[in-house]
Amino acid sequence: MIEKKSLICVTCPMGCRLDVSLDGGSVVAVEGEGCKRGLAYAQDEIKDPRRVLTTTVTIFDGIHPLLPVHTTAAVPMARIPELVAALRKVSVTAPVRVGDVVAADVLDSGIDVLASRDIQRR
Amino acid sequence: MAVIGGGPGGLAAAVAARERGAERVLVIERAEELGGILQQCIHNGFGLEALGRDLPGPAYAQHFVNRAHETGVQTLLDTMVLEITPQRRIYATNSRQGVIELCAGAVVFGMGCRERTRGALAIPGTRPAGVFTAGTAQRLVNIEGYMPGRRFVILGSGDIGMIMARRLTLEGARVERVLEIMPYLSGLKRNWVQCLQDFHIPLQLSRTVLEIRGTQRVEAVVSVAVDDRMLPIAGTEETIPCDTLLLSVGLIPENELSRRVGIALDPLTAGPIVDEGMGTSVPGFYAAGNVVHVYDLVDWVTLAGEVAGRSAADYIAGRVRPAVHRLRTCAGENVRYVVPQWLDPESLALGAQQLQLRVRRPVEEKVKVVVTADGVEIAHKTERYVRPGEMVTVKLAPELCESLRSAQELQVSVLKP
Repeated sequence: MIEKKSLICVTCPMGCRLDVSLDGGSVVAVEGEGCKRGLAYAQDEIKDPRRVLTTTVTIFDGIHPLLPVHTTAAVPMARIPELVAALRKVSVTAPVRVGDVVAADVLDSGIDVLASRDIQRR
Repeated sequence: MAVIGGGPGGLAAAVAARERGAERVLVIERAEELGGILQQCIHNGFGLEALGRDLPGPAYAQHFVNRAHETGVQTLLDTMVLEITPQRRIYATNSRQGVIELCAGAVVFGMGCRERTRGALAIPGTRPAGVFTAGTAQRLVNIEGYMPGRRFVILGSGDIGMIMARRLTLEGARVERVLEIMPYLSGLKRNWVQCLQDFHIPLQLSRTVLEIRGTQRVEAVVSVAVDDRMLPIAGTEETIPCDTLLLSVGLIPENELSRRVGIALDPLTAGPIVDEGMGTSVPGFYAAGNVVHVYDLVDWVTLAGEVAGRSAADYIAGRVRPAVHRLRTCAGENVRYVVPQWLDPESLALGAQQLQLRVRRPVEEKVKVVVTADGVEIAHKTERYVRPGEMVTVKLAPELCESLRSAQELQVSVLKP
């Protein structure tokens, strides 16, 4: 039995509509992808949906009280609340440079959390 | 060259002008730092087109702030421009220098846009605390570290509203609804998926806010379904208890300065009428990015800013010759507006040109984007779908130069095949 499912790719702002054919829960065909990334997205979205997390952590002595941060890759969606809770306990001290590692190997995934901008000392 | 505004449009213009040989380029910015609204857009999805990388907003801004410093762009921060004369005399003020007077060889507007507020919608009801634009809430949560409420209703399915729905949920708030008066989404489809569906936040189309309730603080909003003329349908009211209402109901280019210079504005875009080099109706004044029309992606703002910056540098160097003949561009079937509004056919001799447009209605099937010159088709392309929230572009090839020399008007239509 082939089951059809329609997805919107979130990899880039194009938002391609992907028409996915599933057989026993596995992706057997994808149509509508604008690029190769859409194929990988459809596979992941069916088996193990993932998202890049962006949030903020506390920064001391900076020109702002918060430092925006992001994961280096998409993390399993189901574990995002857990990761947000863990990052709530993380703090750094200015100065920070864009790309500095704020938390390494989060969720034992090999994925790091990086600073999204420079923040100078106040 | 003076650039008014240090967001992505202004920074791109400044860097491009330096690279084109403009000797002294000054960016005047009213905030205390460069980067504009990108600094509060901490989500990713920026840079795929302009830089080939997927960056969060602040990282995208950082790239161009660094480029500005590397290329020797000068900056004047925490400074408000009060007035500019048509002779390009600029009056500005800050707390260190008082009132400053500057004289520029060319001016690039990079003021961006601002959000429509409750006043623009005239929502009836009381006037309690707890009504914010989505962008104000974004600044409070992402830069200043305050949560503006606990239980939210969001009016409008614009991108900032949907992105804030996700952000507030991650920060522990409850988002009851996103209401959209139109029968379709106004932001990007991907944000509906990753900001609303991922968090089970209901999106209700063809519904709006009828009334805001509360004395000191918002206590509830009353939503209502609307008919195809967008009038409320009696009997469909729903009272939604909440403490905060966010408005994500559109952006308007910020052109108070341009208007006072006497620059012609397009009532459809609310931005200056521009030519293919982003030149406005007054010589020596150029416009970069969202001040011209509201773009869907910052990447396009950057590219448009670069065009404006190069044109301004050319103007200063005396390399700009006035157009002998210009074509007017206009919106045809299912097109709301076209930018640029003027096109010098001779510009095609230097390379392809691009028309940017927004559709009026979404079409979720193949459509043909057709450009006609005085009624004769000269270019077309196929799009797999068109959505009002997503800009459409169509290229005009250099070969068209010859045939467009005698044309008067270009019209763009989006047609079902």
